[in-house]
Amino acid sequence: MSQQMNGEKKPAKEVLRGVVEQVYQNAWDAKKRGEPIGWSSSKFPAEIAETLGLAVCYPENQAAAIAAKHGGQRMCEHAENLGYANDICGYARISLAYAAEAECEERPMPQPDFLLCCNNICNCMTKWYENIARMRNIPLIMIDVPYNNEVEVSDDTVTYMREQFHDAIKQLEAISGRTWDEKRFEEVCSNANRAAKAWLKACSYCQYTPSPLSGFDLFNHMADIVTARCKPETALAFEQLADEFEEAVKNGTSTWKYKEEHRIMFEGIPCWPVLKTLFTPLKEHGINTTAVVYAPAFGFVYNNLDELMKAYCKAPNSVCLETGVEWRETICRENNVNGVLVHYNRSCKPWSGYMPEMERRFRTDLGVPVVGFDGDQADPRNFSEAQYITRVEGLYEVMEANKQQEGGV
Amino acid sequence: MELKYTMGIDVGSTASKCVIVKDGKEIAATSLVHAGAGSSGPAKAIKEVLEKAGLQEADLSYILATGYGRHQLPIARSQMSELSCHAKGAYELFPDVRTVIDIGGQDAKVLRISAGGNLDNFVMNDKCAAGTGRFLEVMARILEVDISQMAEFSRQSAKRVDISSTCTVFAESEVISQLAGGSDKCDILKGIHRSVAGRVSGLVRRVGVVNTVVMTGGVAQNSGVREALEEELKTTIVTSPLAQYTGALGAALFAYQKCIKEGNMDVTANER
Repeated sequence: MSQQMNGEKKPAKEVLRGVVEQVYQNAWDAKKRGEPIGWSSSKFPAEIAETLGLAVCYPENQAAAIAAKHGGQRMCEHAENLGYANDICGYARISLAYAAEAECEERPMPQPDFLLCCNNICNCMTKWYENIARMRNIPLIMIDVPYNNEVEVSDDTVTYMREQFHDAIKQLEAISGRTWDEKRFEEVCSNANRAAKAWLKACSYCQYTPSPLSGFDLFNHMADIVTARCKPETALAFEQLADEFEEAVKNGTSTWKYKEEHRIMFEGIPCWPVLKTLFTPLKEHGINTTAVVYAPAFGFVYNNLDELMKAYCKAPNSVCLETGVEWRETICRENNVNGVLVHYNRSCKPWSGYMPEMERRFRTDLGVPVVGFDGDQADPRNFSEAQYITRVEGLYEVMEANKQQEGGV
Repeated sequence: MELKYTMGIDVGSTASKCVIVKDGKEIAATSLVHAGAGSSGPAKAIKEVLEKAGLQEADLSYILATGYGRHQLPIARSQMSELSCHAKGAYELFPDVRTVIDIGGQDAKVLRISAGGNLDNFVMNDKCAAGTGRFLEVMARILEVDISQMAEFSRQSAKRVDISSTCTVFAESEVISQLAGGSDKCDILKGIHRSVAGRVSGLVRRVGVVNTVVMTGGVAQNSGVREALEEELKTTIVTSPLAQYTGALGAALFAYQKCIKEGNMDVTANER
């Protein structure tokens, strides 16, 4: 991929945007050529389809894009008119509406010929994909990840995963008529690891004070790690992004254009339909988001097949509370936050369900104020701006009082 | 030395409350109008409090707004969230306060106050109106009881009728069914108070019950809810006749602090 434009190097954010656009374009092109294209859950082992050279789209990414472009409510209502309950995941409703061919100009993608579903990211996913498989009468390839009640992934689970992994390959070979190439698989894994390392490196720049970026940037850039994790151009773009952050640290610049009076962790998926509304009171009070668990959760590195299996066992909603707390508290400490803002996401019951206990742990272990607000990742009807602003202002006032007590002002 | 008057105005969803404080120490006047954000309530409350205090707007050194409608009040020089203001006001009224339960028109919040009177932590209700003043208003209307009489009626209950629906709309239907089935109004009211207490006590437990527990906001005047909460939390809850003014009082005290900090006591609010 060219990173030059009129002789000048494109900024990484543009390159990253181009990588995602290419993923969608590849799917359209493959569809035109008569090749089968897939829809995949965000943390299905992407290495399989990539090794077989199959074009894949990601409904979660599509739903987030539709929601951010204010099509979420219309699509959710379309799904509800089909009979889906309004309290299931907003992404699922948008995706089901799209699969049912609801009009949607915000982020079109070709309809699927097969589905790749892994329930490590959530349990709603299974029924969501089963419904699409039935609706469109297409095959569903499922990889089931048992919930990790313990911190370590057991050998039995790894075996169970590996068997499913190999079975998924066989099914996809049958669907596509293509043959598995072990050498190509190694290349793909190498690309995925390189991209993951570069992504984690880019995320790590939030540790600097002041931070050369806002965590909200990571929400945008994560589209690449979700949709194009195994592609060499993704690794290149993230390496460029990390280089830009390195340069920004040296120059004392940042994509956060406001004062950095406070640093918080934003917990959960953002409310895509009201991203600006989320951002406004934060910037007004000089609160930079320097920790987000959702973004680095998609960066994982492995050295062999068993480690790959283990990596796919660990997603935000498939790990036990202890691991979930440890992930978050580590980035809070590393990224030096003095408050936490928790999105109680009406779309994501598993994620929001354990948040009251996590909140309690954050307060006790980190000694920082923690504030929750109600919202939704895709359905704007579940968000109240006034409630959100009051909670952010309350968080600011507590952080400010703490800072003054510590003699920081 | 010239007296300094500062005003706090708490523009809630259902009522507007003003408090004028003299030299950050003494309450000079209060006012309450049962009309909140987006209505004529704030202007009426300001007019009334100024009349009671015998002051003009220009006599006020600083006006600070809080509550749901705090950002829609051009007269105010600055705004603070009702969380900090309730904490401040409660600490002024009860210096040993460690937990504040505030149930307002459309939200419920629980605050943890440090020994020094700072707001350490808080939790608020979710988007649902259950467990808020609005829930009680709806129930009072169906039962044809004035909201100020709810506690008195519930105290006459011989056997509580539990209201199991959390949702205000479903609870309304449930109450109508109970009435149609011949249940006693007093027993239903006791169940309604228990329902609010059940909802709010969940929030309190998330912050932790640390004495002294103080209840503020309009619902604090309903001793039926307060007693149900005491029973639920197994602790004593104190309140003040000024409960509904707590946020405005805190705002007036913050206004005074800001005056002192800025050393700019005699500039009128509109000019700043």
